[in-house]
Amino acid sequence: MKTDNKTNSHVYWNPYFGGFLLGIIIIFTFYLTGRGLGASGAMKSSVVAIVDEVAPTHAENNAYYSKFISEEDTPMNTWLVFEALGVLIGAFISGGLAGRIRWRVQHSPKITSKRRLVFALGGGIMFGLGAQIARGCTSGAALSGMAVLSTGGFITMLAIFGSAYAFAYFFRKNWI
Amino acid sequence: MGPLIPNGIISMEWDSIIAIFIGICFGFVLESSGFSSSRKLAGVFYGYDFAVLKVFFTAAAVSVIGIYYMDYLGYLDVSQLYVHPTYLWGAIVGGIIMGVGFVAGGFCPGTSLCAVAIGKLDAWIYVLGIMVGVFIFSELYSFFEPIYDGDFLGNITLMDSFNWNPYWIIFGFSIIAVVAFAVSDMVRKRVKKIFY
Repeated sequence: MKTDNKTNSHVYWNPYFGGFLLGIIIIFTFYLTGRGLGASGAMKSSVVAIVDEVAPTHAENNAYYSKFISEEDTPMNTWLVFEALGVLIGAFISGGLAGRIRWRVQHSPKITSKRRLVFALGGGIMFGLGAQIARGCTSGAALSGMAVLSTGGFITMLAIFGSAYAFAYFFRKNWI
Repeated sequence: MGPLIPNGIISMEWDSIIAIFIGICFGFVLESSGFSSSRKLAGVFYGYDFAVLKVFFTAAAVSVIGIYYMDYLGYLDVSQLYVHPTYLWGAIVGGIIMGVGFVAGGFCPGTSLCAVAIGKLDAWIYVLGIMVGVFIFSELYSFFEPIYDGDFLGNITLMDSFNWNPYWIIFGFSIIAVVAFAVSDMVRKRVKKIFY
């Protein structure tokens, strides 16, 4: 296939090359900080910060929010929030270089944008809920867990992919 | 001897700067690998694109080999690294819920951030959904607490659970990854091509 970025903005890196670089980043992250990557942590911090701003007494009385609130610091001052900001910057640079930046709703031609957005919202709610129960998402629990051979990381990875394959049949109309 | 920041070789003040730098690399690699496209991500569940499987397992194999090799050479002390804790039922139930969310929404949190950065509106809605999900969990925390805090097995690794030698685990994992790559290529040839 002779395509380049000028004619087709959906030509991506070889997946093994991308995976290799991602592995190097994970090694580097553990080497520097002693911890792995994460993504859902930043969204949790955002929710805690919003609730703490809107209803401070409610946040302090709630057993979950109060774990992440301290008197002298905001819940946003965490490693994962800065890392997530970096992810946004990095993806913006990559997408910009490849000419992929524009406002749009991406969906299969067989479904409407509205349907896509409804399922995106529902999927997000499920993922947000699940990531709290399992204490991490595909990045924080599965990928970073597997990098240090954490049993929980492997279980979470198997559960995510196993259940996604099991339920794929019911969502097939959205994708194929 | 690593890890560098916990051991004071790089001072704590660099922590946030390093976080942004690592994030930029992470986001750049994810986006360049096509992880900002929900249709590409979902391909792994329908057999028309296995980029998720290949990137994810290559990254896991490279990182675990690299970390243990650096430990072997004495640059990094594996015992000082943070091991994701194992709450047995939390990991299973949370993972199952996340799997449904993955195939319904087409993103996971890290990939949705990449898609947010390049203007995919479905990803903006997805991130909003994640925050709603976190909110629901927090408000109903007393209901979820038994599973969130139950069956805590400690910050255990596969070596603790099965008493296996880490080097053989890594070897076996790499073999499984290579076999999975070969199988995925065979499957993709049989499945109808989908352009997106």
